[in-house]
Amino acid sequence: MTALPPPSAKKLGLVIDLDTCVGCHACVTACKGWNDQGYGAPLSDQDAWGANPSGTFLNRVHSYEVTPETGAPQLVHFPKSCLHCENAPCVTVCPTGASYKRAEDGIVLVNESACIGCGLCAWACPYGARELDQAAGVMKKCTLCVDRIYNENLPEVDRVPACVRTCPAGARHFGDLGDPDSAVSQLVAERGGMELMPEQGTRPVNRYLPPRPKDRLEETAPLAPLLDIQATGFAGWLDRLLDRI
Amino acid sequence: MHPAPSVILFTVLSGLGFGLLAMLGLGAAPVTGWAAFVAYGAGFGLAVAGLLASTFHLGNPQRALRAFTQWRTSWLSREAWASVAALGLMAPVAASAVFMGRLMPALGAVAAVLCLITVLTTSMIYTQLRTVPRWNHWTTPALFFGHAVAGGALLAGLGNAPILLGLLGLFMALSFRAGDARFAERGHTLATATGLGHGKVRSFAPPHTGTNYLMREMIHVVGRKHALKLRVIAVVFAAVLPAVALVLLPAGLATTLVAAAFHLIGAFAGRWLFFAEAEHVVGLYYGKR
Ligand code: SF4
Ligand code: SF4
Ligand code: SF4
Repeated sequence: MTALPPPSAKKLGLVIDLDTCVGCHACVTACKGWNDQGYGAPLSDQDAWGANPSGTFLNRVHSYEVTPETGAPQLVHFPKSCLHCENAPCVTVCPTGASYKRAEDGIVLVNESACIGCGLCAWACPYGARELDQAAGVMKKCTLCVDRIYNENLPEVDRVPACVRTCPAGARHFGDLGDPDSAVSQLVAERGGMELMPEQGTRPVNRYLPPRPKDRLEETAPLAPLLDIQATGFAGWLDRLLDRI
Repeated sequence: MHPAPSVILFTVLSGLGFGLLAMLGLGAAPVTGWAAFVAYGAGFGLAVAGLLASTFHLGNPQRALRAFTQWRTSWLSREAWASVAALGLMAPVAASAVFMGRLMPALGAVAAVLCLITVLTTSMIYTQLRTVPRWNHWTTPALFFGHAVAGGALLAGLGNAPILLGLLGLFMALSFRAGDARFAERGHTLATATGLGHGKVRSFAPPHTGTNYLMREMIHVVGRKHALKLRVIAVVFAAVLPAVALVLLPAGLATTLVAAAFHLIGAFAGRWLFFAEAEHVVGLYYGKR
Protein backbone atom coordinates (compact mmCIF):
# COMPACT_ATOMS: atom_id res chain seq x y z
CA MET A 1 0.00 0.00 0.00
CA THR A 2 1.54 3.27 -1.03
CA ALA A 3 -0.26 5.41 1.52
CA LEU A 4 2.28 6.41 4.13
CA PRO A 5 1.77 4.83 7.55
CA PRO A 6 1.30 7.12 10.55
CA PRO A 7 4.71 8.25 11.85
CA SER A 8 6.37 5.36 13.65
CA ALA A 9 7.92 5.77 17.08
CA LYS A 10 10.93 3.85 15.88
CA LYS A 11 12.78 5.57 13.04
CA LEU A 12 15.76 3.52 11.97
CA GLY A 13 18.33 5.34 9.94
CA LEU A 14 21.92 6.36 9.43
CA VAL A 15 23.94 9.25 10.74
CA ILE A 16 26.83 10.08 8.43
CA ASP A 17 29.77 12.03 9.71
CA LEU A 18 31.11 14.31 6.99
CA ASP A 19 33.99 15.23 9.25
CA THR A 20 35.45 11.75 9.42
CA CYS A 21 34.51 10.25 6.05
CA VAL A 22 37.76 9.80 4.14
CA GLY A 23 36.12 9.06 0.80
CA CYS A 24 37.48 5.52 0.49
CA HIS A 25 34.27 4.11 -1.05
CA ALA A 26 34.50 1.02 1.20
CA CYS A 27 30.81 1.44 2.09
CA VAL A 28 29.94 1.52 -1.60
CA THR A 29 31.71 -1.77 -2.17
CA ALA A 30 30.36 -3.39 0.99
CA CYS A 31 26.83 -2.28 0.12
CA LYS A 32 27.06 -3.67 -3.38
CA GLY A 33 28.64 -6.87 -2.11
CA TRP A 34 25.97 -7.55 0.50
CA ASN A 35 23.01 -6.54 -1.59
CA ASP A 36 24.18 -8.63 -4.52
CA GLN A 37 23.51 -11.85 -2.73
CA GLY A 38 20.54 -11.43 -0.43
CA TYR A 39 17.49 -9.24 -0.71
CA GLY A 40 15.88 -9.11 -4.16
CA ALA A 41 17.41 -8.95 -7.60
CA PRO A 42 21.21 -8.63 -7.74
CA LEU A 43 22.68 -5.22 -8.56
CA SER A 44 23.64 -5.63 -12.20
CA ASP A 45 26.43 -3.98 -14.14
CA GLN A 46 26.39 -3.16 -17.83
CA ASP A 47 29.56 -3.22 -19.92
CA ALA A 48 31.50 -3.72 -16.70
CA TRP A 49 34.85 -4.25 -18.38
CA GLY A 50 34.14 -2.23 -21.50
CA ALA A 51 34.59 1.36 -22.50
CA ASN A 52 31.40 2.67 -20.90
CA PRO A 53 30.75 0.81 -17.65
CA SER A 54 27.61 1.52 -15.65
CA GLY A 55 25.81 -0.26 -12.87
CA THR A 56 23.31 -0.20 -10.05
CA PHE A 57 24.45 1.05 -6.65
CA LEU A 58 22.45 1.79 -3.51
CA ASN A 59 25.07 4.04 -2.03
CA ARG A 60 27.43 6.44 -3.75
CA VAL A 61 30.11 8.80 -2.48
CA HIS A 62 30.37 12.29 -3.94
CA SER A 63 33.23 14.67 -3.20
CA TYR A 64 32.71 18.39 -2.78
CA GLU A 65 35.07 21.29 -2.35
CA VAL A 66 33.95 23.95 0.12
CA THR A 67 35.75 27.28 -0.08
CA PRO A 68 35.14 29.44 2.99
CA GLU A 69 35.31 33.25 2.99
CA THR A 70 38.81 33.09 4.36
CA GLY A 71 41.21 30.22 4.62
CA ALA A 72 41.93 27.17 2.55
CA PRO A 73 39.26 25.15 0.70
CA GLN A 74 38.11 21.96 2.36
CA LEU A 75 37.39 18.66 0.64
CA VAL A 76 34.25 16.94 1.93
CA HIS A 77 33.43 13.35 0.98
CA PHE A 78 29.73 12.83 0.87
CA PRO A 79 28.17 9.34 0.97
CA LYS A 80 24.55 9.27 -0.15
CA SER A 81 21.99 6.50 0.14
CA CYS A 82 18.24 6.46 0.85
CA LEU A 83 17.39 8.75 3.76
CA HIS A 84 14.22 6.75 4.65
CA CYS A 85 12.16 9.93 4.60
CA GLU A 86 9.16 10.22 6.89
CA ASN A 87 7.22 12.04 4.20
CA ALA A 88 8.55 9.84 1.40
CA PRO A 89 7.33 11.13 -1.99
CA CYS A 90 8.72 8.02 -3.68
CA VAL A 91 6.16 5.88 -1.87
CA THR A 92 2.98 7.81 -2.60
CA VAL A 93 3.64 8.14 -6.35
CA CYS A 94 4.00 4.39 -6.86
CA PRO A 95 1.04 3.04 -8.86
CA THR A 96 1.49 -0.61 -7.92
CA GLY A 97 2.03 -0.58 -4.17
CA ALA A 98 5.55 -1.95 -4.70
CA SER A 99 7.07 0.96 -2.81
CA TYR A 100 6.17 1.11 0.84
CA LYS A 101 7.28 2.46 4.18
CA ARG A 102 7.24 0.02 7.07
CA ALA A 103 4.94 1.04 9.88
CA GLU A 104 7.08 -0.64 12.53
CA ASP A 105 10.49 0.98 11.94
CA GLY A 106 10.10 3.43 9.06
CA ILE A 107 12.32 1.58 6.59
CA VAL A 108 11.37 2.35 2.96
CA LEU A 109 11.42 -0.74 0.77
CA VAL A 110 10.43 -1.97 -2.69
CA ASN A 111 8.50 -5.20 -3.18
CA GLU A 112 10.23 -6.19 -6.39
CA SER A 113 7.67 -8.77 -7.43
CA ALA A 114 5.06 -6.00 -7.68
CA CYS A 115 7.26 -3.34 -9.30
CA ILE A 116 6.53 -2.62 -12.98
CA GLY A 117 9.69 -0.56 -13.38
CA CYS A 118 7.94 2.66 -14.35
CA GLY A 119 10.67 4.72 -12.67
CA LEU A 120 8.30 7.31 -11.25
CA CYS A 121 9.56 6.83 -7.70
CA ALA A 122 13.11 7.61 -8.81
CA TRP A 123 11.79 10.83 -10.34
CA ALA A 124 10.05 11.68 -7.07
CA CYS A 125 13.17 11.24 -4.91
CA PRO A 126 15.17 14.48 -4.62
CA TYR A 127 18.32 12.68 -3.50
CA GLY A 128 18.94 10.23 -6.31
CA ALA A 129 18.56 7.33 -3.92
CA ARG A 130 16.70 5.00 -6.29
CA GLU A 131 18.08 3.32 -9.39
CA LEU A 132 16.20 1.13 -11.84
CA ASP A 133 18.19 -2.04 -12.35
CA GLN A 134 18.79 -2.35 -16.07
CA ALA A 135 18.88 -6.16 -16.07
CA ALA A 136 15.95 -6.91 -13.75
CA GLY A 137 13.83 -3.89 -14.71
CA VAL A 138 12.86 -3.29 -11.08
CA MET A 139 13.60 -0.41 -8.74
CA LYS A 140 16.52 -0.85 -6.34
CA LYS A 141 17.21 1.21 -3.27
CA CYS A 142 18.93 1.03 0.10
CA THR A 143 17.10 -1.45 2.33
CA LEU A 144 18.89 -0.24 5.44
CA CYS A 145 20.17 -3.82 5.26
CA VAL A 146 16.88 -5.06 6.66
CA ASP A 147 18.21 -8.59 6.09
CA ARG A 148 21.14 -7.97 8.46
CA ILE A 149 19.84 -5.79 11.25
CA TYR A 150 17.21 -8.29 12.42
CA ASN A 151 19.13 -11.39 11.31
CA GLU A 152 19.64 -13.70 14.27
CA ASN A 153 21.87 -15.98 12.20
CA LEU A 154 24.54 -13.31 12.22
CA PRO A 155 26.77 -12.63 15.22
CA GLU A 156 25.45 -9.63 17.12
CA VAL A 157 28.30 -7.37 16.01
CA ASP A 158 27.25 -7.89 12.39
CA ARG A 159 23.61 -6.93 12.92
CA VAL A 160 24.19 -3.47 11.49
CA PRO A 161 24.11 -2.34 7.85
CA ALA A 162 27.02 -3.59 5.74
CA CYS A 163 28.19 -0.05 5.04
CA VAL A 164 28.28 0.80 8.75
CA ARG A 165 30.08 -2.43 9.62
CA THR A 166 32.69 -1.79 6.94
CA CYS A 167 33.48 1.90 7.28
CA PRO A 168 37.13 2.05 8.39
CA ALA A 169 36.78 5.63 9.60
CA GLY A 170 33.68 5.05 11.74
CA ALA A 171 31.88 7.71 9.74
CA ARG A 172 28.57 5.84 9.50
CA HIS A 173 26.34 5.27 12.50
CA PHE A 174 23.16 3.22 12.59
CA GLY A 175 20.37 3.49 15.14
CA ASP A 176 16.91 4.65 16.12
CA LEU A 177 16.52 8.35 15.41
CA GLY A 178 13.03 8.27 16.88
CA ASP A 179 14.47 7.68 20.35
CA PRO A 180 15.99 10.91 21.68
CA ASP A 181 18.22 8.93 24.06
CA SER A 182 19.78 6.68 21.43
CA ALA A 183 23.47 7.07 20.65
CA VAL A 184 22.69 8.37 17.14
CA SER A 185 20.19 10.94 18.40
CA GLN A 186 22.72 12.13 20.96
CA LEU A 187 25.31 12.45 18.24
CA VAL A 188 22.92 14.47 16.09
CA ALA A 189 22.09 16.77 18.99
CA GLU A 190 25.73 17.25 19.92
CA ARG A 191 27.08 17.88 16.43
CA GLY A 192 24.15 19.73 14.86
CA GLY A 193 23.14 16.92 12.50
CA MET A 194 21.38 18.27 9.42
CA GLU A 195 18.71 17.28 6.90
CA LEU A 196 19.45 17.36 3.18
CA MET A 197 17.32 19.69 1.05
CA PRO A 198 14.82 20.40 3.83
CA GLU A 199 12.88 22.69 1.47
CA GLN A 200 11.63 19.61 -0.37
CA GLY A 201 9.56 18.70 2.67
CA THR A 202 10.55 15.03 2.65
CA ARG A 203 11.60 15.02 6.31
CA PRO A 204 14.50 12.58 5.97
CA VAL A 205 15.33 10.33 8.90
CA ASN A 206 19.04 10.11 8.05
CA ARG A 207 21.16 12.97 9.31
CA TYR A 208 24.52 14.37 8.23
CA LEU A 209 27.04 15.68 10.73
CA PRO A 210 28.72 18.79 9.30
CA PRO A 211 32.49 18.91 9.02
CA ARG A 212 34.03 20.54 12.10
CA PRO A 213 35.61 23.94 11.51
CA LYS A 214 39.31 23.59 10.81
CA ASP A 215 41.79 24.63 13.49
CA ARG A 216 43.62 27.85 12.75
CA LEU A 217 47.31 28.37 13.39
CA GLU A 218 47.82 31.36 15.76
CA GLU A 219 49.97 34.18 14.34
CA THR A 220 52.84 33.29 16.71
CA ALA A 221 56.31 32.00 16.14
CA PRO A 222 57.06 29.40 18.83
CA LEU A 223 60.83 29.81 18.36
CA ALA A 224 60.82 33.61 18.78
CA PRO A 225 61.79 33.63 22.52
CA LEU A 226 64.84 31.51 21.72
CA LEU A 227 66.10 34.15 19.31
CA ASP A 228 66.04 36.91 21.94
CA ILE A 229 69.32 35.82 23.55
CA GLN A 230 70.23 37.59 26.81
CA ALA A 231 73.92 37.21 27.48
CA THR A 232 74.82 36.52 31.13
CA GLY A 233 78.05 36.08 33.12
CA PHE A 234 81.34 36.95 31.38
CA ALA A 235 79.60 37.32 28.02
CA GLY A 236 77.13 39.72 29.67
CA TRP A 237 79.93 41.88 31.15
CA LEU A 238 81.64 41.93 27.75
CA ASP A 239 78.34 42.85 26.11
CA ARG A 240 77.76 45.76 28.46
CA LEU A 241 81.42 46.91 28.16
CA LEU A 242 81.36 46.85 24.39
CA ASP A 243 78.04 48.77 24.42
CA ARG A 244 79.72 51.58 26.34
CA ILE A 245 82.78 52.00 24.15
CA MET B 1 14.73 14.93 -17.71
CA HIS B 2 15.41 12.37 -20.42
CA PRO B 3 12.99 12.95 -23.30
CA ALA B 4 12.14 9.27 -23.85
CA PRO B 5 10.36 8.75 -27.20
CA SER B 6 7.85 6.36 -25.62
CA VAL B 7 6.71 8.95 -23.10
CA ILE B 8 6.58 11.75 -25.66
CA LEU B 9 4.53 9.58 -28.02
CA PHE B 10 2.29 8.53 -25.16
CA THR B 11 1.49 11.96 -23.81
CA VAL B 12 1.05 13.64 -27.19
CA LEU B 13 -1.01 10.92 -28.90
CA SER B 14 -3.22 9.98 -25.98
CA GLY B 15 -3.77 13.65 -25.12
CA LEU B 16 -4.87 14.34 -28.68
CA GLY B 17 -7.04 11.21 -28.80
CA PHE B 18 -8.80 11.98 -25.53
CA GLY B 19 -9.23 15.60 -26.63
CA LEU B 20 -10.92 14.47 -29.85
CA LEU B 21 -13.12 11.96 -28.01
CA ALA B 22 -14.13 14.66 -25.53
CA MET B 23 -15.23 16.94 -28.40
CA LEU B 24 -17.18 14.13 -30.00
CA GLY B 25 -18.74 13.08 -26.71
CA LEU B 26 -19.87 16.63 -26.03
CA GLY B 27 -21.58 16.61 -29.40
CA ALA B 28 -19.52 19.51 -30.70
CA ALA B 29 -19.28 17.67 -34.01
CA PRO B 30 -22.48 15.60 -34.26
CA VAL B 31 -21.25 12.96 -36.70
CA THR B 32 -22.94 9.64 -37.51
CA GLY B 33 -22.30 6.73 -39.85
CA TRP B 34 -19.03 6.64 -41.76
CA ALA B 35 -17.97 10.08 -40.60
CA ALA B 36 -18.44 8.93 -37.01
CA PHE B 37 -16.49 5.76 -37.79
CA VAL B 38 -13.51 7.82 -38.96
CA ALA B 39 -13.77 10.38 -36.15
CA TYR B 40 -14.25 7.99 -33.25
CA GLY B 41 -11.77 5.57 -34.86
CA ALA B 42 -9.13 8.30 -34.88
CA GLY B 43 -9.89 9.20 -31.25
CA PHE B 44 -9.72 5.64 -30.00
CA GLY B 45 -6.72 4.88 -32.20
CA LEU B 46 -4.69 7.80 -30.89
CA ALA B 47 -5.65 7.23 -27.27
CA VAL B 48 -4.91 3.50 -27.35
CA ALA B 49 -1.69 3.92 -29.36
CA GLY B 50 -0.52 6.41 -26.76
CA LEU B 51 -1.39 4.13 -23.86
CA LEU B 52 0.43 1.23 -25.54
CA ALA B 53 3.50 3.40 -26.13
CA SER B 54 3.54 4.21 -22.43
CA THR B 55 4.12 0.55 -21.57
CA PHE B 56 7.34 0.49 -23.61
CA HIS B 57 9.29 2.33 -20.98
CA LEU B 58 8.30 -0.09 -18.20
CA GLY B 59 10.93 -2.48 -16.86
CA ASN B 60 8.31 -5.19 -16.29
CA PRO B 61 5.29 -4.44 -18.49
CA GLN B 62 3.80 -7.88 -17.87
CA ARG B 63 2.75 -6.66 -14.42
CA ALA B 64 1.13 -3.49 -15.75
CA LEU B 65 -2.27 -4.48 -14.33
CA ARG B 66 -0.91 -3.87 -10.84
CA ALA B 67 -0.89 -0.18 -11.68
CA PHE B 68 -4.65 -0.19 -11.04
CA THR B 69 -4.26 -0.88 -7.33
CA GLN B 70 -3.03 2.39 -5.80
CA TRP B 71 -5.59 4.93 -7.00
CA ARG B 72 -5.91 6.33 -3.49
CA THR B 73 -2.45 7.88 -3.57
CA SER B 74 -0.91 7.58 -7.03
CA TRP B 75 -1.76 9.77 -10.03
CA LEU B 76 -0.32 7.14 -12.34
CA SER B 77 -2.79 4.63 -10.96
CA ARG B 78 -5.65 7.14 -11.25
CA GLU B 79 -4.66 7.69 -14.85
CA ALA B 80 -4.96 3.96 -15.51
CA TRP B 81 -8.50 3.97 -14.09
CA ALA B 82 -9.57 7.19 -15.76
CA SER B 83 -8.39 6.09 -19.20
CA VAL B 84 -10.13 2.73 -18.97
CA ALA B 85 -13.33 4.33 -17.67
CA ALA B 86 -13.27 7.03 -20.37
CA LEU B 87 -12.70 4.55 -23.21
CA GLY B 88 -15.23 2.11 -21.73
CA LEU B 89 -17.99 4.71 -21.52
CA MET B 90 -17.14 6.21 -24.88
CA ALA B 91 -17.42 2.82 -26.63
CA PRO B 92 -21.26 2.61 -26.57
CA VAL B 93 -21.50 6.29 -27.57
CA ALA B 94 -19.25 5.62 -30.56
CA ALA B 95 -21.05 2.37 -31.48
CA SER B 96 -24.42 4.08 -31.36
CA ALA B 97 -23.28 6.94 -33.60
CA VAL B 98 -21.55 4.67 -36.09
CA PHE B 99 -23.96 1.74 -36.37
CA MET B 100 -27.32 3.18 -35.40
CA GLY B 101 -26.83 6.77 -36.48
CA ARG B 102 -28.03 7.88 -33.05
CA LEU B 103 -26.26 10.29 -30.72
CA MET B 104 -26.16 9.65 -26.98
CA PRO B 105 -25.68 13.15 -25.55
CA ALA B 106 -25.99 12.33 -21.86
CA LEU B 107 -23.62 9.37 -21.79
CA GLY B 108 -21.42 11.19 -24.29
CA ALA B 109 -21.06 14.15 -21.96
CA VAL B 110 -20.12 11.92 -19.01
CA ALA B 111 -17.57 10.08 -21.16
CA ALA B 112 -16.21 13.42 -22.39
CA VAL B 113 -15.67 14.60 -18.83
CA LEU B 114 -13.84 11.35 -18.09
CA CYS B 115 -11.64 11.96 -21.14
CA LEU B 116 -10.68 15.36 -19.78
CA ILE B 117 -10.10 13.86 -16.32
CA THR B 118 -7.73 11.38 -17.97
CA VAL B 119 -5.77 14.27 -19.44
CA LEU B 120 -5.71 15.87 -15.99
CA THR B 121 -4.37 12.69 -14.36
CA THR B 122 -1.64 12.42 -17.01
CA SER B 123 -0.55 15.97 -16.35
CA MET B 124 -0.67 15.48 -12.58
CA ILE B 125 1.93 12.70 -12.82
CA TYR B 126 4.37 15.44 -13.78
CA THR B 127 2.84 18.31 -11.84
CA GLN B 128 3.08 16.50 -8.50
CA LEU B 129 6.88 16.20 -8.65
CA ARG B 130 8.44 18.81 -6.38
CA THR B 131 11.77 17.48 -7.56
CA VAL B 132 11.20 19.04 -11.00
CA PRO B 133 10.30 22.70 -10.33
CA ARG B 134 9.48 23.43 -13.97
CA TRP B 135 6.63 20.90 -13.86
CA ASN B 136 5.51 21.48 -10.29
CA HIS B 137 3.07 24.27 -11.19
CA TRP B 138 -0.51 24.77 -12.37
CA THR B 139 0.73 25.63 -15.86
CA THR B 140 1.44 21.93 -16.46
CA PRO B 141 -2.17 20.70 -16.28
CA ALA B 142 -3.26 23.84 -18.11
CA LEU B 143 -0.80 23.12 -20.92
CA PHE B 144 -1.96 19.51 -21.23
CA PHE B 145 -5.60 20.66 -21.29
CA GLY B 146 -4.78 23.27 -23.90
CA HIS B 147 -3.23 20.64 -26.16
CA ALA B 148 -6.15 18.24 -25.69
CA VAL B 149 -8.86 20.84 -26.29
CA ALA B 150 -7.23 22.70 -29.19
CA GLY B 151 -5.95 19.51 -30.83
CA GLY B 152 -9.31 17.81 -30.31
CA ALA B 153 -11.17 20.76 -31.82
CA LEU B 154 -8.82 20.73 -34.79
CA LEU B 155 -9.35 17.04 -35.46
CA ALA B 156 -13.10 17.31 -34.93
CA GLY B 157 -13.19 20.07 -37.54
CA LEU B 158 -14.80 22.61 -35.23
CA GLY B 159 -15.24 26.16 -36.45
CA ASN B 160 -13.60 27.67 -33.39
CA ALA B 161 -10.47 25.52 -33.73
CA PRO B 162 -8.30 28.40 -35.07
CA ILE B 163 -9.13 30.50 -32.00
CA LEU B 164 -8.40 27.63 -29.62
CA LEU B 165 -5.12 26.96 -31.46
CA GLY B 166 -4.19 30.61 -31.12
CA LEU B 167 -4.83 30.47 -27.40
CA LEU B 168 -2.78 27.28 -27.16
CA GLY B 169 0.15 28.97 -28.92
CA LEU B 170 0.00 31.90 -26.56
CA PHE B 171 -0.13 29.63 -23.57
CA MET B 172 2.75 27.45 -24.81
CA ALA B 173 4.93 30.54 -25.15
CA LEU B 174 3.90 31.80 -21.73
CA SER B 175 4.56 28.53 -19.96
CA PHE B 176 7.95 28.12 -21.66
CA ARG B 177 8.93 31.54 -20.32
CA ALA B 178 7.36 31.15 -16.89
CA GLY B 179 9.16 27.86 -16.30
CA ASP B 180 12.62 29.31 -16.85
CA ALA B 181 13.03 30.95 -13.46
CA ARG B 182 11.20 28.44 -11.29
CA PHE B 183 14.18 26.29 -10.30
CA ALA B 184 15.97 29.33 -8.90
CA GLU B 185 12.77 30.61 -7.27
CA ARG B 186 12.39 27.42 -5.28
CA GLY B 187 15.82 28.01 -3.78
CA HIS B 188 17.33 24.57 -4.40
CA THR B 189 21.10 24.86 -4.55
CA LEU B 190 24.10 22.62 -4.00
CA ALA B 191 24.37 24.25 -0.57
CA THR B 192 20.86 23.16 0.49
CA ALA B 193 21.38 19.77 -1.14
CA THR B 194 24.53 19.06 0.84
CA GLY B 195 24.04 21.27 3.88
CA LEU B 196 27.57 22.54 3.25
CA GLY B 197 26.59 26.19 3.38
CA HIS B 198 29.61 27.44 5.29
CA GLY B 199 31.42 28.33 2.08
CA LYS B 200 31.16 28.10 -1.67
CA VAL B 201 30.40 24.47 -2.60
CA ARG B 202 31.45 22.89 -5.85
CA SER B 203 31.33 19.32 -7.06
CA PHE B 204 34.95 18.16 -6.91
CA ALA B 205 34.63 14.56 -8.04
CA PRO B 206 31.56 12.55 -9.05
CA PRO B 207 30.96 9.20 -7.32
CA HIS B 208 31.75 7.23 -10.46
CA THR B 209 33.81 7.72 -13.58
CA GLY B 210 31.10 6.64 -16.00
CA THR B 211 27.45 7.51 -16.20
CA ASN B 212 24.55 5.91 -14.33
CA TYR B 213 20.78 5.54 -14.39
CA LEU B 214 20.23 8.78 -12.50
CA MET B 215 22.31 10.83 -14.88
CA ARG B 216 20.78 9.25 -17.97
CA GLU B 217 17.27 9.69 -16.65
CA MET B 218 17.30 13.04 -14.87
CA ILE B 219 20.22 15.08 -16.16
CA HIS B 220 19.64 15.82 -19.80
CA VAL B 221 21.81 18.66 -20.98
CA VAL B 222 22.33 17.76 -24.64
CA GLY B 223 19.99 19.59 -26.92
CA ARG B 224 19.06 22.30 -24.45
CA LYS B 225 21.28 24.63 -26.45
CA HIS B 226 18.74 24.56 -29.29
CA ALA B 227 15.90 25.19 -26.88
CA LEU B 228 15.00 28.65 -28.14
CA LYS B 229 14.78 27.57 -31.80
CA LEU B 230 12.73 24.55 -30.81
CA ARG B 231 10.34 26.69 -28.79
CA VAL B 232 9.67 28.79 -31.85
CA ILE B 233 9.23 25.67 -34.00
CA ALA B 234 6.87 24.18 -31.40
CA VAL B 235 4.62 27.23 -31.19
CA VAL B 236 4.64 27.90 -34.94
CA PHE B 237 3.85 24.31 -35.90
CA ALA B 238 1.50 23.41 -33.08
CA ALA B 239 -0.57 26.57 -33.19
CA VAL B 240 0.18 29.19 -35.86
CA LEU B 241 0.47 27.07 -39.03
CA PRO B 242 -2.57 24.86 -38.35
CA ALA B 243 -4.68 27.90 -37.46
CA VAL B 244 -3.59 29.67 -40.65
CA ALA B 245 -4.23 26.53 -42.71
CA LEU B 246 -7.72 26.14 -41.25
CA VAL B 247 -8.58 29.75 -42.00
CA LEU B 248 -7.13 29.98 -45.51
CA LEU B 249 -7.76 26.54 -47.02
CA PRO B 250 -11.25 25.35 -47.95
CA ALA B 251 -12.81 23.33 -45.15
CA GLY B 252 -12.66 19.57 -45.58
CA LEU B 253 -10.85 16.41 -44.61
CA ALA B 254 -7.72 17.33 -46.58
CA THR B 255 -7.37 20.65 -44.77
CA THR B 256 -7.91 19.00 -41.41
CA LEU B 257 -5.19 16.46 -42.21
CA VAL B 258 -2.73 19.15 -43.27
CA ALA B 259 -3.45 21.18 -40.14
CA ALA B 260 -3.22 18.05 -37.98
CA ALA B 261 0.17 17.17 -39.46
CA PHE B 262 1.51 20.63 -38.64
CA HIS B 263 0.00 20.44 -35.19
CA LEU B 264 1.54 17.04 -34.42
CA ILE B 265 5.03 18.20 -35.42
CA GLY B 266 4.71 21.19 -33.12
CA ALA B 267 3.20 19.17 -30.30
CA PHE B 268 6.05 16.64 -30.48
CA ALA B 269 8.65 19.43 -30.46
CA GLY B 270 6.92 21.09 -27.51
CA ARG B 271 6.66 17.85 -25.57
CA TRP B 272 10.30 17.04 -26.29
CA LEU B 273 11.18 20.37 -24.73
CA PHE B 274 8.81 19.74 -21.84
CA PHE B 275 11.10 16.88 -20.83
CA ALA B 276 14.47 18.07 -22.10
CA GLU B 277 14.23 21.46 -20.41
CA ALA B 278 12.93 20.10 -17.11
CA GLU B 279 15.69 20.06 -14.52
CA HIS B 280 15.60 17.59 -11.64
CA VAL B 281 17.07 18.67 -8.32
CA VAL B 282 19.28 15.56 -8.22
CA GLY B 283 21.42 17.24 -10.88
CA LEU B 284 22.70 19.53 -8.13
CA TYR B 285 24.54 16.64 -6.50
CA TYR B 286 26.38 16.11 -9.76
CA GLY B 287 27.19 19.79 -10.15
CA LYS B 288 24.79 19.92 -13.07
CA ARG B 289 21.21 20.80 -13.74
S1 SF4 C 1 15.68 9.29 0.14
FE1 SF4 C 1 14.51 9.15 -1.75
S2 SF4 C 1 14.08 6.97 -1.96
FE2 SF4 C 1 14.67 7.30 0.16
S3 SF4 C 1 12.72 7.63 1.24
FE3 SF4 C 1 13.53 9.65 0.71
S4 SF4 C 1 12.54 10.11 -1.25
FE4 SF4 C 1 12.33 7.91 -0.93
S1 SF4 D 1 9.34 1.77 -10.47
FE1 SF4 D 1 8.33 0.17 -9.25
S2 SF4 D 1 8.47 0.88 -7.14
FE2 SF4 D 1 8.90 2.66 -8.45
S3 SF4 D 1 6.92 3.69 -8.74
FE3 SF4 D 1 7.15 2.28 -10.48
S4 SF4 D 1 6.15 0.38 -9.78
FE4 SF4 D 1 6.50 1.62 -7.93
S1 SF4 E 1 22.26 0.34 4.79
FE1 SF4 E 1 22.76 -1.47 3.53
S2 SF4 E 1 21.65 -1.09 1.62
FE2 SF4 E 1 21.75 0.89 2.69
S3 SF4 E 1 23.60 1.92 1.92
FE3 SF4 E 1 24.22 0.77 3.75
S4 SF4 E 1 24.92 -1.22 2.97
FE4 SF4 E 1 23.73 -0.25 1.33
